[in-house]
Amino acid sequence: MADEKDREEIIVAEFHKKIKEAFEVFDHESNNTVDVREIGTIIRSLGCCPTEGELHDLIAEVEEEEPTGYIRFEKFLPVMTEILLERRYRPIPEDVLLRAFEVLDSAKRGFLTKDELIKYMTEEGEPFSQEEMEEMLSAAIDPESNSIHYKDYITMMVIDEN
Amino acid sequence: MGCSSSSTKTRKSETSLKAALIIQNWFRGYKARLKARQHYALTIFQSIEYADEQGQMQLSSFFSFMFENYAHVHKEELELRHQFLESEQDTWDRHDYVDLIDVPDSYNGPRLQFPLTCTDIDLLLEAFKEQQVLHAHYVLEVLFETKKVLKQMPNFTHVQTSPSKELTICGDLHGKLDDLFMIFYKNGLPSESNPYVFNGDFVDRGQYSIEILMILCVSFLVYPNDLHLNRGNHEDFMMNLRYGFTKEILHKYKLHGKKILQILEELYAWLPIGTIVDNEILVIHGGISETTDLNLLHRVERNKIIDILWSDPRGKNGCFPNTGRGGGCYFGPDVTSKILNKYQLKMLIRSHECKPEGYEICHDGKVVTIFSASNYYEEGSNRGAYIKLCSGTAPRFFQYQVTKATCFQPLRQRVYTVESSALKILKERMISRKSDLTHAFQLQDHRKSGKLSLSQWAFCMEKILGLNLPWRTLSSNLVNIDKNGNVEYMSSFQNIHIEKPVQEAHSTLVETLYRYRSDLEIIFNAIDTDHSGLISMEEFRATWKLFSSHYNVLIDDSQVNKLANIMDLNKDGSIDFNEFLKAFYVVHRYEGLMRPDVTNLV
Repeated sequence: MADEKDREEIIVAEFHKKIKEAFEVFDHESNNTVDVREIGTIIRSLGCCPTEGELHDLIAEVEEEEPTGYIRFEKFLPVMTEILLERRYRPIPEDVLLRAFEVLDSAKRGFLTKDELIKYMTEEGEPFSQEEMEEMLSAAIDPESNSIHYKDYITMMVIDEN
Repeated sequence: MGCSSSSTKTRKSETSLKAALIIQNWFRGYKARLKARQHYALTIFQSIEYADEQGQMQLSSFFSFMFENYAHVHKEELELRHQFLESEQDTWDRHDYVDLIDVPDSYNGPRLQFPLTCTDIDLLLEAFKEQQVLHAHYVLEVLFETKKVLKQMPNFTHVQTSPSKELTICGDLHGKLDDLFMIFYKNGLPSESNPYVFNGDFVDRGQYSIEILMILCVSFLVYPNDLHLNRGNHEDFMMNLRYGFTKEILHKYKLHGKKILQILEELYAWLPIGTIVDNEILVIHGGISETTDLNLLHRVERNKIIDILWSDPRGKNGCFPNTGRGGGCYFGPDVTSKILNKYQLKMLIRSHECKPEGYEICHDGKVVTIFSASNYYEEGSNRGAYIKLCSGTAPRFFQYQVTKATCFQPLRQRVYTVESSALKILKERMISRKSDLTHAFQLQDHRKSGKLSLSQWAFCMEKILGLNLPWRTLSSNLVNIDKNGNVEYMSSFQNIHIEKPVQEAHSTLVETLYRYRSDLEIIFNAIDTDHSGLISMEEFRATWKLFSSHYNVLIDDSQVNKLANIMDLNKDGSIDFNEFLKAFYVVHRYEGLMRPDVTNLV
């Protein structure tokens, strides 16, 4: 029993250090606060994948009662530690991602046209901003056919992350 | 038609909605991780840059120490003496600088006409766009005239703005000529109706420092009341020795470089400290401290200022020594409020720190950092920016990023470039401390397993390298981690080593010489008063002795002597120290093989 407790304490201590590192990189003034607009980036850089809606709720949890535009480390740490301990917002596995693309590619051609991708990404779900759309297209699109061969795209992205 | 068809439709749109959500979610996570990697890379660059600045401070104090203790240096030699004494009066006049140099007929570069007019500004810009080099005669004349005019200026220039006369403020340029061209392209050339303030650090690091300085000085001579130059911490001969401007001048001006360096030093001393805009905005390069006394600074002889050029704002209240850089201080929001209130000012605009977006606002809107050298650390590392001020309206910020390609590479490629560049210099740092690191690791590794926990590894790295970096996050890029999450600490040194100039050199010696090679280069250059590139064995030994005692370097003198003897290839008693130091460089085994394929998908 005691052994297990020790191990958990060590795990929590390591999480704390990891979270602190990720937080500090965005703490420009070195005063233990970050701009609220960076919280999404910090959480995702720690390996979690909340949707925009889930992110919105998380921010509400860590914000001050009267929002200042800044999030303090003291409020962020316990919330983020819980998320890591509970393994919430796990990243999307490669095969699930592939199937998602296949769903959109109803004709099973192995690719999506540029217009189709734009339509889905900017009109459905939690729509992309123009910047996000351009960013995805710049890396994903094959300029000759003006289409996205999603299987290759996914493979390339996965290699990148590892 | 009918129910079943519409429910299929609904089901279909539900699945495509879910699919879209999955893809968007995944992409946002990926993009955020890229952004974080970019930030980590910038943090690495910045930590190392500031650690180097500390090294610069140490070098400064070594020079003083050396000057006092080194009997063999020709103290009578004007050059060395000149560098350490503050020259109170003009020791040179125009005749020594300009009149002895002729511009040959064969010279195809720009020919300036004194007194200068805006035609000369255009001439210079066109010429520099064509990569021409301005003849030394004109360089010296411009510098000489600029110094003359600067001497008449007060320590702080007072400027007024109006709706028809907005003021543009630019930060560090650091020899990046393309950024200056970009600013002039977007914002227009300087003139009476388009005044500018350049807030220091025009030179060093970039390849075109002298060209930037020439454009700024000529513009200043044409519009002395509308082009304002503030001194930065790089407008200093010691900084120029380390950070490249001196090299650039001696390379571009092989005959007259020395003369240019001499007058440059005098010019620096007379650059104003700052600008005060509309009696409410203070513009200086570094920052303030709690003891900043503006009235005193208005009166003091300005070639003696240090702190104001080196300080950085931070979130913590109070004023602390700037341990990151080794000079100036960190000042908190309370210090800002106090000083601004004391002199009835509303805002402080400063430069000195690279910011990813080219600018940053802190201390509740009272302090603005403006940085105008885009891609400062590496292609894609950051944007540049400038500010436009007009009394009665809020400051407006303009950003840009100069790029060699006509369109941006995708984010992942930009991040990859910055990241691999940062990791490379970090690894070089690690290899230069290999012995100390290995020792620290082994102390922690009680079981002699060759492995440490991530925590232990991070602790050693921070302690030995003295860099406050996110070690846990960076670990996967620097070292092998086994499936249990433990670090194989010696794996960092597998694919990288310092090339030994001679086999007999002991690895600790090699590491130390590699680590201090910049400092040694500067020191030897300073001793080499006739700029021959050679120093005598005697000078080498004496200097090394002083160096090792001042820097607490525990290397056996006999080892260094042995090495020097070997390096004295001609056996004529003199050492080509540039060759000596160049012989120590780092080899990355897999350079060239490390880049992944960047081709588009077909």
